[in-house]
Amino acid sequence: MTTSPSRAWWKTGVGLVLTGLMLFPVYWMINVSFTRDQDMRATPPHLIPINGTLDGYRAVLDQQLPYLGTSFLVGLGTVALTVALAAPAGYALAKLRPPGGSALSFVLLIAQMIPGIIMAMGFYAIYLTLGVLNTLPGLILADTTLAVPFAVLIFTAFMSGIPDELLQAAVVDGAGRLRTFWSVVLPVSRNSIVTVSLFAFLWSWSDFIFASTLAGGGDHQPITLGIYHYIGNNNQQWNAIMATAVVASIPAAVLLILAQRYVSMGVTAGAVKD
Amino acid sequence: MPSTTQTSTTARDKGGAAPTAPPRSHPSRRRRPDRWLAWGFLAPVTVYLIAFYAYPLYRNVELSLRAYTVRSFVQGGAPFAGLDNYRTVLTDPAFGPTLTHTVVFTAASLAFQFTIGMALALFFHQHFPLSRTLRALILVPWLLPLIVSASTWSWLLNSDSGLVNAALGVVGIDGVNWLTSPGWSLTSVIIANVWIGIPFNLVVLYSGLQAIPTEMYEASALDGASGWQRFWGITFPLLRPVSLITLLLGLIYTLKVFDIIWIMTKGGPTGSSATLATWSYRLGFGNLLPEFGPGAAIGNLLIVLALIAGLVYIRIDRRQHLR
Repeated sequence: MTTSPSRAWWKTGVGLVLTGLMLFPVYWMINVSFTRDQDMRATPPHLIPINGTLDGYRAVLDQQLPYLGTSFLVGLGTVALTVALAAPAGYALAKLRPPGGSALSFVLLIAQMIPGIIMAMGFYAIYLTLGVLNTLPGLILADTTLAVPFAVLIFTAFMSGIPDELLQAAVVDGAGRLRTFWSVVLPVSRNSIVTVSLFAFLWSWSDFIFASTLAGGGDHQPITLGIYHYIGNNNQQWNAIMATAVVASIPAAVLLILAQRYVSMGVTAGAVKD
Repeated sequence: MPSTTQTSTTARDKGGAAPTAPPRSHPSRRRRPDRWLAWGFLAPVTVYLIAFYAYPLYRNVELSLRAYTVRSFVQGGAPFAGLDNYRTVLTDPAFGPTLTHTVVFTAASLAFQFTIGMALALFFHQHFPLSRTLRALILVPWLLPLIVSASTWSWLLNSDSGLVNAALGVVGIDGVNWLTSPGWSLTSVIIANVWIGIPFNLVVLYSGLQAIPTEMYEASALDGASGWQRFWGITFPLLRPVSLITLLLGLIYTLKVFDIIWIMTKGGPTGSSATLATWSYRLGFGNLLPEFGPGAAIGNLLIVLALIAGLVYIRIDRRQHLR
């Protein structure tokens, strides 16, 4: 189509404004994280952190590191368990056509729709009986339920695209199904493994409902609870709260910078399957 | 490299009786032992689904059918109460308002997310310098942990020191007690939820727009159709399937929303922003004396709503694939 360069740049201007509006709350979070306590309630509020302070970030370093560590461990655990469970399932559903496979896909689709609060209550009742409340493995297991159905569906969609010739070549070379999966399917599915891992990590990192119900009373509390306690306890220190929020947003930012195309893939794959 | 057709009809298995397998179909369809072997790969996830989906759901149903006290919750032995918990919930004076809030929250969130998401998708679909980068940046609200978004909005909407009230003051409007007045709390959580949902709508609708062949636009441009006519004549009808799916997925997600409301208002003040999800949480975990039975009952009502939406989604999705 014919668009003159000047008109295109005009659109870029509008686009910048729209993006700026959408991201303004994010900017405000960063701005407040650098604002001094005495400027916090200034009227009008300071739009840029003049006389900025690092007090908020000092508070993060002093108080939030254990929470961040827990979140990181829980995130890694969730990723490992999710990929280990979902990749073989995706391979089977995409390439081996098991009897009852479509029923399982259906169950997975439905499973994604169950509200978290219901899962949390069921997990709470079970964990209480088993005595695994407030443990890392308990929280990891619960967090994987956020990602596993999505992961299986993603793996199925991506692995359907692996050419059958490739798998048959492996069979000709004498590889069994397990060998084929391990040495052929997994290596060529690197993109989907990355996508699934990124989302599994992000979701477990962001989880609040399982954290507050299953880990709220213990030593292993993730960063979402760190922020939540901050809001509850010291309503005055908003620079510390916002600094923690900024730090808690780092995984999302890293994900967007390093893996932008996987993110879009993940978002749309959940909705528009082919 | 052998062609697809050749390979897929090459009889590698014992039977060799290749049925009319179309090219690119799955050759393993012909081998019975393999088909069952596939369940070896599915076994872990199946066991997982039973242990960590089916069982918690079952426990939740059980919770809702028994009269639990804190003691019997820990030690077991709560008496069977039939539908008492459901009756308690349905006759609770809070039930009506909470259901209304859930409906208003869901409907308003969907309407604004979808409209703004659509407008942005149309805008970004006209490729211009930096459009890719900006589109990616707009994803940020969707990727942030909900507690981050919720606490940022809490501060933006703070009555005394929030930026929103300060901005209203500049144009001469009195500040609003966004989070602490019963009249505004629901609006506040809707605003935050819309902000979080826009990126999802944008990305999915954008992918739908990309699927529309550009020739259609070129043809209508030759016919002299205006931009507005093109939208209603081409884009909107062709985008209907994707729009429907976006809205239904949005519905399922929005019914589930708990974090934002709980963190911003805890469903208050005086229940003015409570939805089924936050009410259920409050009964189960929000009070000193937990009422797991009624809490689970509300949860189960919520799941019925979500599943109805889910089944509609799957039906529509299937029908579109058949076309």
